[in-house]
Amino acid sequence: MTQAASRAAADNGALLTVEHMTMRFGGIVAIDALSFEARKGEITAIIGPNGAGKTTVFNCLTGFYKPTIGRIALNHPSGTMLLERMEGFRIAQRGGVARTFQNIRLFGRMTVLENLIVAQHNALMRASAFTVAGLLGLPRYRHAEQRAIAKAREWLDKVQLLDFADWEAGNLPYGAQRKLEIARCMCNDPLLLCLDEPAAGLNPRESAELNEMLRSIRDEQGIGLLLIEHDMNVVMGISDHIVVLDYGRKIADGTPVEVRNDPAVIRAYLGEDEEGDLPPVVSDTMQAQPEATDDNTEMA
Amino acid sequence: MAEHPLPGGATAAPSGAPAPDGGRRSSLADMGKEAGLAAFVALMLALPMGGFKTTEAVTGLSLTFRPLFVLVAVAFVFVGRIVLIVLRERRGAPRGDGGPGLMDRIARGASQGSTTIGIVILAIAVLLPFMPFSSRYLIDTATTVLIYVMLGWGLNIVVGLAGLLDLGYVAFYAVGAYSYALLSTEFGFSFWICLPLAGVFAALAGVLLGFPVLRLRGDYLAIVTLGFGEIIRLILLNWYDVTNGPDGISRIPRPTFLGLEFTRRPAEDITAFHQYFDIPYSGEHRVIFLYFLILGLALLTNVFTQRIRKLPVGRGWEALREDEIACRSLGINPTNTKLTAFGLGALFGGFAGAFFATRQGFISPESFTFIESAIILAIVVLGGMGSQLGVVLAATLLIVLPELGRELAQFRMLVFGAAMVGIMVWRPRGLLAHREPTLLLYGRGRGAA
Repeated sequence: MTQAASRAAADNGALLTVEHMTMRFGGIVAIDALSFEARKGEITAIIGPNGAGKTTVFNCLTGFYKPTIGRIALNHPSGTMLLERMEGFRIAQRGGVARTFQNIRLFGRMTVLENLIVAQHNALMRASAFTVAGLLGLPRYRHAEQRAIAKAREWLDKVQLLDFADWEAGNLPYGAQRKLEIARCMCNDPLLLCLDEPAAGLNPRESAELNEMLRSIRDEQGIGLLLIEHDMNVVMGISDHIVVLDYGRKIADGTPVEVRNDPAVIRAYLGEDEEGDLPPVVSDTMQAQPEATDDNTEMA
Repeated sequence: MAEHPLPGGATAAPSGAPAPDGGRRSSLADMGKEAGLAAFVALMLALPMGGFKTTEAVTGLSLTFRPLFVLVAVAFVFVGRIVLIVLRERRGAPRGDGGPGLMDRIARGASQGSTTIGIVILAIAVLLPFMPFSSRYLIDTATTVLIYVMLGWGLNIVVGLAGLLDLGYVAFYAVGAYSYALLSTEFGFSFWICLPLAGVFAALAGVLLGFPVLRLRGDYLAIVTLGFGEIIRLILLNWYDVTNGPDGISRIPRPTFLGLEFTRRPAEDITAFHQYFDIPYSGEHRVIFLYFLILGLALLTNVFTQRIRKLPVGRGWEALREDEIACRSLGINPTNTKLTAFGLGALFGGFAGAFFATRQGFISPESFTFIESAIILAIVVLGGMGSQLGVVLAATLLIVLPELGRELAQFRMLVFGAAMVGIMVWRPRGLLAHREPTLLLYGRGRGAA
């Protein structure tokens, strides 16, 4: 099984290969035989109407849920990992899959800098020889801490939060909290970064900044990004690859242009229509996404 | 104590007249209503609590009614309430609002200047036994305070840092005490060998408790830890062969100072403390020695906690308190993190227990009831979760207040309870609730909000 999976993953160069993933909650099928791939150096977006099962996919990938059926193979430098078999926190620890949350989850009463240091917990734990070297104040630990601070500083600079380093994270404005959550993930040196609606509640300017930031993460870090997003400006603007879900099933998979013109996608978003001939108007609305603007005003 | 009837309460004042200064001001009628309500509550409370007194009569006990007591209590509450209302309105802002209050600023200053304050307190603590006013009673009380400070600091790791509500902390205290008592009486180990062993046993108990409760949070965790505390107490009570049950363990050896005993007439081949230093024997030597011993142990706890807070484990605990799900998504092992918190918290509880056993010379399960857990938790919460200085303040308050209140006889616990309620109303997050960051990029004075 593992060999087959690793061969499959190696063949097409995918970073993450999800095969026939199904998640049932009692009688409800939240995800139904979903298969998709995410590549290194690409932004893969997962979109779909509310309740389509997008966040459930993330929860399966990051170990918060165990999928009922299916395989999630991560093409890690140290060998293929089957994420569905790993304990929740190990997926982040060993596999390097980091995620953000729809409702931001920062360590509110800790400072911005501390948030980024906590993200480097495992590296620092090793450096402190599981606290012993740290308690003794050995230089080995002190140097590791300095490096961790330097890395945090670098990411704070990238997300323009350097001036807020000593603030309590909970006191930051909303947009800054979103950026901090992403920076916190990046301090963990992920292979795959999963972002759950990073643009929710951001104003257009912040949203544009986010686009820029995600692009630069993709290009400079060369990692894979997986994105759940309602804001179609973000999705269409930066995604290399889009997977569309509806009622837990994949209804489309392709480049933004392909997806935008896919009749099944339009039907899922705008309701059942006469089969086939959609007026061009509808196709245009898809690009603007009324739903996304609704979301924004609601959150703001 | 003569209370004059106030105008306003009975005589209806012109209602709804806006205050000349334009501030929001309730009318006299409103004031009367509010004060009247408070007075009514006071009446309902005072009537059964103080209104009747049992007196001895020929036929046995009989009740006498004390109308004056009730009247004074009600009048006191009525007037007090009006004074409160007036004060509140003079201040302008509604209660619980506005910028950082005086106490917030004190809390912040205290936590930022904690090193200085800590050194001052330490100096006072070290010099205390040598002060002219010091007495055996004072040192004894200070020793008790220090035991609770140490327990508070230990529990602070679990509750304050890791955010795991533990209502059974006394169990580890008990494990430590019994470990020391049994090891020293059965095997004759000295205090300095037993002390670390007692800590280790308590830590093991902590990890043991930790395993089943790893998945639980908040209230559920509190209930399980409460149960654990009771289980340990019941084991001590019923495992007669080992723990001697309710009779407890007596003749626990006293600690020695580098092998020197604190006895007036030591055995033939042993030198006593006073003989070695060639000073006249005094019973206070041991008391002072015990005081310094617990001072040292408490300091060890404090230094350890302060240090570990700035290490990855400590930050992991705090992160776990803030958001466990985020911790897991960052690859922090919640199991290990919680177990270390439980284990290390229990370790210090065990040390304190061993000290308690050697100080008392006798222990029984009665010393480890739930009320002890409650007091230790109250110290942590009252002090401000996670605040080391707050624990010192709260422990002093909680131990010294009932001592001072001995004059008040039966009202002692009433005053004590009222003081606790008052503190929690006034400072809901604890006396010194300010959290000091474990590291700053720019140092103090810049940026921090």
